[in-house]
Amino acid sequence: MKKFWSMALSSILVAASLAGCGAGKENAGSSADSGPVTLNAIFMKQAGYSEDDITAITKEFMSKNPNIKVNTTFVPYEALEQKILTGAPNGGYDVVLIDAPWTAKFAKAGIVQEVTDKLPEADRQDIFAGALDAVSYEGKLYGLPWLNDTKFLFYNKEMLKKAGFSNPPKTWDELMAQAKVIKEKGIVEYPIVWSWKQAEALSCDFTTLSETFGGKLVRDGKPTLTDEGNQKALDFMVQSLKDGISNPKSTEFLEEDVRGVFSSGKAAFALNWTYMYNLANDKTQSQVAGQVGIAPSPGQGSVVSASVNGGMGVALAKGSKHPEEAWKYMEYLSSKEVQKKYAKNALPIWKSLYDDKDVIATNPEVVAASKVQYNYLANRPQVPWYGSLSTELQVSIQQALLGQKSTKDALAELQQKAEELANK
Amino acid sequence: MKRKLSDAQFAWLIIAPSVVIVFGIVLYPLFETFLYSLKDLDLSAGSLGDYVWLHNYLEILSDGDFWASAGRTAYFAAVSISLELILGTLIALLLNEEIKGKTFLRSIIIIPWAVPTIVNGAMWKWIYHSEYGALNALLTQLHLIDHYHSWLNSPWMAMNMVIIADVWKMTPLVTIFLLASLQLVNKSVYEAAMVDGAGMIRRFFTLTLPYLKPTLLVIIVMRTMETFKVFDIIYAITQGGPANGTMVLTYQAYLKAFSNLQYSQGATISYLIGMMIALLTYGYVKMLKRGEAA
Repeated sequence: MKKFWSMALSSILVAASLAGCGAGKENAGSSADSGPVTLNAIFMKQAGYSEDDITAITKEFMSKNPNIKVNTTFVPYEALEQKILTGAPNGGYDVVLIDAPWTAKFAKAGIVQEVTDKLPEADRQDIFAGALDAVSYEGKLYGLPWLNDTKFLFYNKEMLKKAGFSNPPKTWDELMAQAKVIKEKGIVEYPIVWSWKQAEALSCDFTTLSETFGGKLVRDGKPTLTDEGNQKALDFMVQSLKDGISNPKSTEFLEEDVRGVFSSGKAAFALNWTYMYNLANDKTQSQVAGQVGIAPSPGQGSVVSASVNGGMGVALAKGSKHPEEAWKYMEYLSSKEVQKKYAKNALPIWKSLYDDKDVIATNPEVVAASKVQYNYLANRPQVPWYGSLSTELQVSIQQALLGQKSTKDALAELQQKAEELANK
Repeated sequence: MKRKLSDAQFAWLIIAPSVVIVFGIVLYPLFETFLYSLKDLDLSAGSLGDYVWLHNYLEILSDGDFWASAGRTAYFAAVSISLELILGTLIALLLNEEIKGKTFLRSIIIIPWAVPTIVNGAMWKWIYHSEYGALNALLTQLHLIDHYHSWLNSPWMAMNMVIIADVWKMTPLVTIFLLASLQLVNKSVYEAAMVDGAGMIRRFFTLTLPYLKPTLLVIIVMRTMETFKVFDIIYAITQGGPANGTMVLTYQAYLKAFSNLQYSQGATISYLIGMMIALLTYGYVKMLKRGEAA
């Protein structure tokens, strides 16, 4: 018996000392002056900068800063938020990649640190305002914009030519007029295709349209869903389905389905993220390669253009023991030098780089459209309860699109639900 | 080692790892989730968990969306279990006969069940795809439809389509269960019934069905629990849409807890699902016992 307990005890001791080793290592890293510092950073696996790009950038950073070591973790987008929520508050990560609509709730929940004072004014002037807004909450900065993305109007040049148009539409009215001609001439049955499935993609498109029609989903932290602009946007969506201009199957499509429909030549127009340009022009994946044009999302009335901000930023986790070093790494990630070098995979956040000939050479058409579009970014509501709002919004908008409710009722009910969420 | 361990000590040593695992990844989270359901842990509102006791339960039970989801879940459970039982019984009866290729059929029938649910969901999502789905292609080639239909575009239709996907996957399980029971049937009783002039239908209802009743009840209990927890197939095919048409309870709990960070609300719904299952199981077990006594 005695022997049994002594064995048990000794094994516990061994285990404890092993754990102690781990802890010891971390302690060594925490004193910033002596010895190397280890940072943990979390990124996602797909889209924009690839895993290889990020690994290469990190390696360059470490060779320039020999006393900082960075461990990178890559997870799928779907797992990213969870990982950050569980890992960041207690120091598991120092630098985290965050999606625009998370900023407000992360800031409020105290998961990321404020970095307003760390970004020099000169830099602030050169970064697109919309991109900065996406990582801000209540006027304070909580991260650095990094992975730029937004939705563009894609159009099929051949189809437009056949219908007798030489330029892509600048307003939604113009688009509807062109689409009607395309439909009447029998070029395609449904000229425009959307990602309106009950998912975040629908919230993205509604944000774009709402802003274009002069509406706002939330003003000063208060829901304003019954705004005239929102009403117009939703009426526009419903009408376009009724007229057979929008593909009726849009309500079950995500972005990849939109790409599929557009790439198989079944649509003349589509709203989608930047990534579609290269793929729709790739002969192995698309039947319309070479005919794909990209333009800023159309405007309406006094609005020149508006498109949802799908950018992501890097943020400093609250639990980080090395904020100085982490900031240095964040600055390096989004520095002009790095963003220029990798411009062909994701376009920079810096306005000045859009006149750089190396950057333009990566993809002239996309850079030209981006240079305009990034000045007209529409951010999804920067409120901590955005997640719940988006869930409700998707349902209400779909009810209107499927004809279960009038657009007015759908928005009125949504407003009521949103008020409950905001007052919680 | 001088002294040998006593049997009891040895037993504890052997089960220690499983105790740690069970307590660590089952009981502890279960307990913690229960505590969450009594707090107001909602990261999106910045509240980190003060006790509100039964407030969450009252709030959710008075929420129309919750009951709408509960109704959908019940519809999913009822329709998919009924279809699985009917189809499963028919297939089991067929496979119980002396037919050619019986062994081959018996082994391939299990394949759909062996496919992981998430893979099954992804597969049916493609089958139903409105632009390049196999179902559309098949029906068009058979000239049953003249243009590609949208199968997941209306809330009610989408729910039924998900049910078909679930039935396809789970019918084999029912078949195997029933087939096993049928194999043990005393054939001479049937011969006697035939001599007495009982027709096929009569034989099924007076002999086969009562005989299969206990197995059917076990299947119903099992499948009720599973269908009330349905998640992955919804996640893969419709994600709750369109217009909440396939929003079932677990998916709602998932959205609240993991997408909107309202951990307490998610935990409360999870516990309510658990209670519903417990209630139903209690009912079934009573029925089962009464059946056995009779």
